[in-house]
Amino acid sequence: MTLNTVGRPTRMEEGVSAASEYLHPTLTGARGLLQDEPLIFELGGWEKTGVDLPDCDASQSDDLGDLVRTARIGLPGLSEPETLRHYVRLSQKNHAIDLALYPLGSCTMKHNPRLNEKMARLPGFADIHPLQPESTVQGALSLMDRLAHWLKTLTGMPAVALSPKAGAHGELCGLLAIRAAHEAKGDARKTVLVPMSAHGTNPATAAFVGYQVVEIAQTDDGRVDLADLEAKLHDDVAAVMVTNPNTCGLFERDIIEIARLTHAVGAYFYCDGANFNAIVGRVRPGDLGVDAMHINLHKTFSTPHGGGGPGAGPVVLSAALAPFAPTPWIVSTGEGGFDLIEEAKADAAQTFGRMCAFHGQMGMFVRAYAYMRSHGADGLRQVAHDAVLNANYIKASLKDLMTQPFPDGPCMHEALFDDAWLDGTGVTTLDFAKAMIDEGFHPMTMYFPLVVHGAMLIEPTETESRAELDRFITAVRALATAAKAGDAERFKAAPFHAPLRRLDETQAARKPRLRWTPQAA
Amino acid sequence: MRYLPLTADDRAGMLDVIGAASIDDLFVDVPKAAQRAGLVDLPLLAGEMEVERELSALAAANRTAGSGPFFCGAGAYRHHVPASVDHIIQRSEFLTSYTPYQPEIAQGTLQCLFEFQTQVAALTGLDVANASMYDGSTATAEAVMMAHRVTRRKKAVLSGGLHPHYRETTQTLAHVAGVDLTCLAAAVDAEAAVIDAIDADTACVVVQTPNVFGTATDVTAIAQAAHAAGALLIVVTTEAISYGLLKSPGEMGADIAVAEGQSIGNALNFGGPYVGLFAAREKLVRQMPGRLCGETVDADGRRGFVLTLSTREQHIRRDKATSNICTNSGLCALAFTIHMSLLGETGLRRLAAINHQRARELKTALAAVPGVEILTPRFFNEFAIRLPKNAHAVVGELARRNIIAGVPFARLDPKAGLDDVLLVCATETTLPQDIAAFAQQLSEVLA
Repeated sequence: MTLNTVGRPTRMEEGVSAASEYLHPTLTGARGLLQDEPLIFELGGWEKTGVDLPDCDASQSDDLGDLVRTARIGLPGLSEPETLRHYVRLSQKNHAIDLALYPLGSCTMKHNPRLNEKMARLPGFADIHPLQPESTVQGALSLMDRLAHWLKTLTGMPAVALSPKAGAHGELCGLLAIRAAHEAKGDARKTVLVPMSAHGTNPATAAFVGYQVVEIAQTDDGRVDLADLEAKLHDDVAAVMVTNPNTCGLFERDIIEIARLTHAVGAYFYCDGANFNAIVGRVRPGDLGVDAMHINLHKTFSTPHGGGGPGAGPVVLSAALAPFAPTPWIVSTGEGGFDLIEEAKADAAQTFGRMCAFHGQMGMFVRAYAYMRSHGADGLRQVAHDAVLNANYIKASLKDLMTQPFPDGPCMHEALFDDAWLDGTGVTTLDFAKAMIDEGFHPMTMYFPLVVHGAMLIEPTETESRAELDRFITAVRALATAAKAGDAERFKAAPFHAPLRRLDETQAARKPRLRWTPQAA
Repeated sequence: MRYLPLTADDRAGMLDVIGAASIDDLFVDVPKAAQRAGLVDLPLLAGEMEVERELSALAAANRTAGSGPFFCGAGAYRHHVPASVDHIIQRSEFLTSYTPYQPEIAQGTLQCLFEFQTQVAALTGLDVANASMYDGSTATAEAVMMAHRVTRRKKAVLSGGLHPHYRETTQTLAHVAGVDLTCLAAAVDAEAAVIDAIDADTACVVVQTPNVFGTATDVTAIAQAAHAAGALLIVVTTEAISYGLLKSPGEMGADIAVAEGQSIGNALNFGGPYVGLFAAREKLVRQMPGRLCGETVDADGRRGFVLTLSTREQHIRRDKATSNICTNSGLCALAFTIHMSLLGETGLRRLAAINHQRARELKTALAAVPGVEILTPRFFNEFAIRLPKNAHAVVGELARRNIIAGVPFARLDPKAGLDDVLLVCATETTLPQDIAAFAQQLSEVLA
């Protein structure tokens, strides 16, 4: 078997049963409503276009001389009906939260309210330019100010930087502010402490900002080892980055002590807020001693994931870090109006600079604000309660069949299992995940966090009904029972009922084909 | 609450199954001192109608680009996006899916990414493209970091034609990565000064074309000079429609091309979300940031697509990763792909030609306004003009006359001493009467 660096199989074992035994082959290769859809480059006409544009006098481009592109670009076109068919057929090969539970731990796949989509498309938000005169975009600036107020109030933090474009960009923003704060004191620290269970973005970001990453050990109950933290904290540590609730789905009980110890050596406390969903409305990170925390608007505040983005990662900052926040930010003019501070001057003299062009992910701001405003203070607290309740319900309903890596106790928004219970069955975590696909569910997060062998991390979110949770539990229990009963064949070759069967990731990486070419066709 | 399916009975029954007396029992690990007994000080839940009312009022307080004469560009462009693009990206299967970690049930997203990568590679004239970055500015900063890794050199030369926000974004990362930036002075023809700044320590040269003043440049000579010194050439483009009319970065010798892809498929959105394009020569692929989608086969030998070469990425390599990027701009990339598929090469070339023609008409009209000097000799769809007055003041006065006249260069770079320079742009959405109104009102304001 081919394994990647974290022990995850990347291709199927030889000799497992083939799908042809399972399916009646069709004459065309299609399978009912599931179409075999070629690439656009195999479909489109090289001269065809689905957009009617007025004629244009080619001589108008004479002034560009030899700058004009004459060689063929290589882009096929399609008419509108062909375009719709092509992309709608492709869409049907995707799982989606609107189809069924999508229990990816740490990813918070919750319902995306359609009101938010409608609001973001109002021309007053979608059809305005980031560099129009500020006097002509007061409504947009006001919305950003209201979003900032909600984020600050929910986190109990005095400042927020809105511009970061995703969670990892928010981490970057927080660590840049921390580095700038140390530099302002003439204190060039070199180390950032990160728990072993952290998201990969934490160490990657710290390294990107020029820090050496040192890992903090984990206790037997899945939390930061305080003794190890204390031993590694010294005056060269710039920051401690902790995810809370952590990636094992557990609240860091010693969080206030972690913050105190961090501050005692002059370091700053960065909290990865990816899991804020579990505590929103009930716990304010500002009360825990946090100096900086990013908020994934595409997780807690339900802006759609869109198959991998766009996200938005505003960062709340403590009073100590606020002066170093990136440009731009919004200030009130005192007469109900707003100004954008876009450059380092006067009050903004200590800013570490700019994270990106313009002012951030406005389209996401509108959606997130509509989401918050819809829930209100009461609804958001209920979000946390139901998210935690749903996760504990799943855990309680599966723990007799599956093993937990840590002593049993309440989890937060996600339930973590390991693969010890699969020992001797011949089934891996990956096999189990692929068999879940056949049963109609997207698999849970697998092989993460890295500190747990064969990890299975299940996050149902608060937008699942009890009936859907029960459907999921029934399916997982049936699979677990089958695995333990020795029905390994069901798992080794799964999935059978997906648009494609198991894909060979080894071949993809060994001979990368990253674009269509006529030769390859 | 309309988004929360659990009833009070559900909650009570589920607590029973768990063996907890109340929800508080599930929060026992949270220090008591940190838990709030009551609600945070914010309004309570609101129905769709109330939320829609509040947001519609805020939206109505903005002057939309489509409601009158409008001439802003400088990194964000107003184009017509076909209705079918927005329809398709709102399909549940695209809108509400996650990063394609389980390829067997994400072939829709993955095949679209493969099409996107192929389109971007073709547009930029390079071998490989990734599955998107956050936007053009962050793509530029990441390209500089990549050149630093590839060449193991510490210096980067940034042309004075680079969008100032892109320069500042790059400065932010360069500062902490230990890359020394040579930022050349802002000028309409800034590219002329680039070659002299290249030396044996130079990792890369960053040149934007069309540049922030609109100047379109053949960078072939800069590519040759960079390569002769062992440096990479990074070509930046903020207006992706220009690929339909102007020579591609690859044809001119670029090693890396980055661009803002917003123009294709995406609305102005007050600056985001947008989509960064990132393409490079094949030999550099293992140093690229971001996700890559690759072709493979499934267990039955059918063609399929997966995320690949992930050993470059943070979730595998952690602190040794090529970048910390995780979430990218998937749905905006999808919008780009669909719009590009509708246009095809024929449509893109025509659209680009129309943009150029509109900008020339704008130039003719503004050149006739007393006191206005056209600064940009060769441009695509935007150019710079010099006014006899402070550009910020003129733009403010024209806004009061319902004309959004463009972007004062000083708003992007207050320290450049170009307070009288205005950046103006025309696209296929610009009407002849808009141009006439702009010229007329500008004459009055300058008189």
